[in-house]
Order: sequence, then C-alpha cells, then structure tokens
Amino acid sequence: MTALATERKPRLFTVEVNTTYCKGCEICVQVCPKNVLAMNDRLKANVVNLKDCTGCLNCEIYCPDFAINVEEVEANA
Amino acid sequence: MPNQSRVLMQGNEAILEGALAAGMRFYAGYPITPSTEIAELAAERLPKVGGRFIQMEDEIASMAAVVGGSLAGVKSMTATSGPGFSLKQENLGYAIHGDIPCVVINVQRMGPSTGLPTSPAQGDMQQARFGSHGDYGIIALTPSSVSEAYYLTIRAFNLSEQFRVPVILLTDEVIGHMREAVSLPDPSELTVAERRKPTAPKGEHKPFAPDAKGVPTLPNFGDGYRFHVTGLIHAEDGFATSNPKLVDQAVRRLTNKITDNIDEIYEAEQREIADADIVVFSYGGTARAARRAVRMAREKGLKVGFYRPITIWPFHDEMVRNAIAGKKAVIIPELNLGQMAREVERVAHGTTTVIPVTKVTGEILTPAEILAAIEEVR
Amino acid sequence: MAIAGKIPTRKYLRQDRLPHIWCPGCGHGIVMQALVRAIHNVGLSQDKTVIVSGIGCSSRASGYMDFDTIHTTHGRALAFATGIKMANPELNVIVMTGDGDASAIGGNHLIHAARRNIGITCICLNNNIYGMTSGQFSPTTPECALATTAPYGVIDPSFDLCKLVQAAGASYVARGTAMQARMLEKYITNALKNDGFSFIEAIDQCPTYFGRKNKLGDAYAMMKRQQETSVSVSKAAAMTPAELEGKQVVGELWNSPRPEYAKSYDQVIAKAQQGGGR
Ligand code: SF4
Ligand code: SF4
Ligand code: SF4
Repeated sequence: MTALATERKPRLFTVEVNTTYCKGCEICVQVCPKNVLAMNDRLKANVVNLKDCTGCLNCEIYCPDFAINVEEVEANA
Repeated sequence: MPNQSRVLMQGNEAILEGALAAGMRFYAGYPITPSTEIAELAAERLPKVGGRFIQMEDEIASMAAVVGGSLAGVKSMTATSGPGFSLKQENLGYAIHGDIPCVVINVQRMGPSTGLPTSPAQGDMQQARFGSHGDYGIIALTPSSVSEAYYLTIRAFNLSEQFRVPVILLTDEVIGHMREAVSLPDPSELTVAERRKPTAPKGEHKPFAPDAKGVPTLPNFGDGYRFHVTGLIHAEDGFATSNPKLVDQAVRRLTNKITDNIDEIYEAEQREIADADIVVFSYGGTARAARRAVRMAREKGLKVGFYRPITIWPFHDEMVRNAIAGKKAVIIPELNLGQMAREVERVAHGTTTVIPVTKVTGEILTPAEILAAIEEVR
Repeated sequence: MAIAGKIPTRKYLRQDRLPHIWCPGCGHGIVMQALVRAIHNVGLSQDKTVIVSGIGCSSRASGYMDFDTIHTTHGRALAFATGIKMANPELNVIVMTGDGDASAIGGNHLIHAARRNIGITCICLNNNIYGMTSGQFSPTTPECALATTAPYGVIDPSFDLCKLVQAAGASYVARGTAMQARMLEKYITNALKNDGFSFIEAIDQCPTYFGRKNKLGDAYAMMKRQQETSVSVSKAAAMTPAELEGKQVVGELWNSPRPEYAKSYDQVIAKAQQGGGR
C-alpha cells in the first residue's frame, strides 16, 4: 500500500477537437504518437483513444486550423 | 501683422516649413528632381524637432512608409515628381482606401516618362485625380506663390486629418524653385488640426464607421484597439467583405466624404468676374502670368475676370459654372494639353466657349501669350 | 498541473474570424501558431505589437491575429513596417510574408530592410509557389518543378532567401520547417528577442497547388519530405555542395547583433539637437 502511494498517478488529458474549425487534413492523426485520434466518417478528427494520450501537444501544435486543444485534467482530488 | 517674420525662401523650402508648422514629424522619401530639396530639408530639420526622416529604397517604398508612419500616429509626408508620382499611385490608393491621412507633394515636371526633369509643367492634373485604380475622392491643392505653398501645406495636413484622406499638394517647378519673401506667422497663430481620437471604448469601436460627414475615426497603432486595416474592400469593422450592400457603401463613401464636404474643402480666388465678358481660369505657377494678363487686358479696357482654383480637386462644378455662366468665353492657360480645360468644358456643357491655351515646350506661359488669346476673342 | 509547452494560443487569435480561409493541410496555420507561441514566450504586449502582411495566402494571417494588424499591398509589407517602426520605435513590428511577396515583387524592400537592420522580425512563409493566384512559380520554386506558368518545368534558378538576406545585412537569420514546428517556434522566439532585422524562412506546404502539381502527396507527406530534406547547420558544415543538392539547411544560420536602425536614428536626433549637421 505504501508502495502504491508513492507511485505516480497516471496523468489524464482532454483532447478537444473543434469540428467547426477542423478541415479534415489528417495531420493530427499522423503526428499523434499514441493513435489517440482518427478521422470519422464526416472527415473530421475524432478522439478515439483518450486514455493513451500523453499530453505531448503534437496534435495541437501541428493542427493548421487551431482546432485542437489539449488540457490536463486536474488530479482527481 | 503681429508676430510675423519675413523670410526669403524657395517654394520647396516653404513647403517643408509649412509641414513642420503643421506638425509633420515623419518623412519618407526618394530623391527626384525637382522635389529633392524638400527631402534634404526634411533630413536636416526633422531630427531637430524630434521627428524622423528616412530615405527609402524607392518611390513605392516611401509611399508605403508614409502610410505606415501615419497609422503609427505620426503626421507623415513625402514629396516627389512626375515619374515618382506614377510609382506612388499604388500605395496612395491604399491610403485612400484605408482612410489614412498623409500629404504627398508633387512638384510637377514635364512628362510623359522621364520627360524634361527640370522644366515646369502641369501635366499631372488628371493623374492626381484619377491616377490610382478604382473609384475614390481625393483632395489636391495648387499654390501659385511661395507664401501660398507654405500655407497650403499646412492646410493640406489639416484637411488630411479632418477628412482622413491623402492630400496632394500639386505644385510645379516654377513655384518649387522660385524665391520669394514669406511672412511666417507665429506658430501660436496657426490653426492646426490634430488626429481625431475614437470616443467609443476598445472592443466596441468600429474603426471604419463614418461620422456625420462620412469620415471614420481610426485609432493609431499602439493605442490598444487592436484593429485591422486591409486593402480589401472592408466593412465598418475593418474586415474584408463581399456583401454587395456593404461593398457599395464602402466604395461610395470614399467619394462622398469628399464631394459632400466640398464647401469646406474648396477654395478659389475670384477677381472681377461680375462684369467680365471673358474669364481666365488658371492655377498654380501659370496663374501668375494669367493674373498679369488679366490686369493688362483690364488696362486696355477689356472686361476680363480671373478665376483661380486653389483647391483643384475636388472640382467645384457649381462655383465654376456660376463664374463662367453667360460669359463670352473662358480661357484656360495651362502647361499641358488641356487637362483642366476638360473639366471646365464639362461644366460649361456647350454654353460658354472654352479656349484652352496650352504649352508643352518646357517653358512657362507668358502674360503676353495669354493676353493674345484674350484679345483674339473679341 | 500545466502541460509543459502548453500555450494559450487562442488568446492571441481573433476567434470570431476563424475558421481561416486556408486549404485543408496548408502549412500557414502551423507557422502562424509557431509565431503566436513565440510571441507568448517573449511576452510581447498585444497592444504594442503590429503584425504587417503583404498579399498572398500567407499574408491573410494578419487578419486572424489579435493585435494591431495591417494587410498591405503586394510585396510592400516591409516598407509599410519600416514606416511604422520609424514613426513609433516603441512598437514591436512583425512582418508575415510569402515567398513571392517577399522575394519577387518585394525583393527590393527585403534587401533594404535587412541592410538597415531595422527592428522588424520578418517571417517568410515559403511554400515555393503562388498559392492565391493558383499555382504559378515563384523565385523559390525549385528548378524543374512544375507550375501553371512553367508547364514544362521551371528553368529559373531559385533564391536561397536566407543567404540573400544575410548578405544584405540582417542580424538574425534562421530557417525552419512546418514539420519542425517546435524548432521554428524557438527560432522565432530568438528572432523576436534580437534588436534588429530578423529573418525567418519558414518552409511549409501548399498541398493544393505545389503538392498536387508536383505529385507530392497529401499535406503530411509533404511535411515528412520537409523533414527528410532538412540538414542541420552542424551537419551541413561537413557536407559537400553535391551532397547538399536538393536539401535545405535548417537552424540558426546567422546571429550577429549590430546597431538597430531606429536606435541609430536616435543618435541622429541627438546630433541634430546639439547643433551638428551641415
Ligand atoms: S489537424 Fe486539425 S484540421 Fe487537420 S484533421 Fe486534425 S483537427 Fe482537423
Ligand atoms: S497530445 Fe499527443 S498523445 Fe495526446 S492526442 Fe495529441 S498528439 Fe496524441
Ligand atoms: S492555395 Fe496553397 S498556400 Fe494557399 S491556402 Fe491553399 S494550400 Fe495554402
């Protein structure tokens, strides 16, 4: 139990795609190292695997359309 | 007159003195005969009053820099001549479209093209009105003495601020290089229009929303309004639009803000028109010879009047029409092939005979030549 | 906990102007974000920073940024910017321009702004094509590439913009790519810190015209290519010209501070007021 308490809690993130801004270029899908994003059938980026997100910000930085916002979920108190 | 000092100066010098008195503190220029003295004096005088001068890489750049300087909140100007004036049309159009105040001095020389660089001409009259593409209104003033060059430069800055429009001082080599005594007033006696400041708070202010006169109030860069200026047709918020109604409003406003306020903008000298049979219509350097010719004609008993537009653009159709109505003829001496005669003809509309007296030899028109034209009418 | 490197980019954008007009996958948005991030890093005030752009796809950037912004005439952004900086040297002045805008029609202004070392940061978004007019070759289109005005391939040798600007006198010169957006952000940050003329060549992609015409694949394929053809300054130093053929050297190419123009003019003012001059 004490061992668990010192273990770092996994960090949690939210990845929000603004579908009004998204133009479906797929860059975010390609630059995500964890396959968190995929294109949906309306050709918009979609979060499909949030739990693997490491918060690396690649998707946000490379989205040419300012459509992605990554935030860290404040540690569950 | 109180507090005046009489100084002998050249026309180009008077222009620079007038500009400084009007509060011009940024000059961007490019050397070109016969306007170069203005740049040289600006380079010398501006830093003394804390202003800034820059010699740009070309005429286009100097016009662009003037527009930038004005948007940064500083009264700005440039001076040029024929070929340089052609190059300035692009960014002059930008300033017109963006309601950006600035003053452009064109010391005209013979054209077309490189022409006769040191010979007087009045060949840019129509270019001053229609030189840039698209529809717009513009203000152009034409001095006919060194003293008037001084006062009109101040007026150019004032009108430019009041109507947020580039004002062109359309002078010529005769006035530019002539030396005359000028009575310089005490600066406190001058009326100087300052940049109008927005009254609406940040976030609510629409930079291109017109006031009752059709003139918008742009903030200056750095004032914290964070606004946008574009050469694209734009709505009152400054952003591009292709909405036909808004486009129509935007384009018409650029002309209307000048024509609707013409009585405030327009000035002309009129002498002995009432009883005249013939009117001599003349402007700029040529008006000096014309005035003399009118006096000579009067001395000979001829009933001749004199009309000199000081504001050459906008053209005051009504005032010119009244001045020439019922006259036998109107004589228009000018150093071009009839550029302003076209305007008078348009206004006369066949009711008065319009007689252009043109000269493109690189020499000035003499009083005798104009008198000869007057005498021929009889 | 804040994410390392997370920057509130939206604060710097006019969100009511978005979405922007650029095509899907156009690199301009990535470069614009790198600029916004750099502005945040340096801490420039939004009220005291002017973004100046010319004409072309990339020059539309100014309209989306929440600063004082001016979308000028084709090629003239640097000349307008020079006037702004000279008239009010307290303003931070940033120019966003494209390859055609900066190096063809605006080439004269580019070399002279660099020569003066005036305090302007100029970001040239180089996608090797005129995008807004639908795909004509520019001074940076590689030889043999296809463009609507070079249907048989371009025969004009292309400009190395960084060399050009360095030779003309810029005090900070760097080249980055959209694919290396974090490096680009770093270069722009350093450019903004430099008191003088800073030039950043940001290589990015026009998938719509340059990519399609030259069969370079989608936006991401073009970005991968940017990475593959990039050589760092240190690596390039050990390479022969033949080995560098078709590659671009990325990194900080020149950083040599020298007196900034508007500040030099302060000395002119001081001299004039002491009664110097002719
Ligand atoms: S990178 Fe941006 S615009 Fe492109 S698909 Fe992803 S969210 Fe959409
Ligand atoms: S932050 Fe990184 S890991 Fe998370 S979705 Fe974006 S690219 Fe993928
Ligand atoms: S045409 Fe090319 S440069 Fe222009 S917006 Fe589209 S992708 Fe970008």
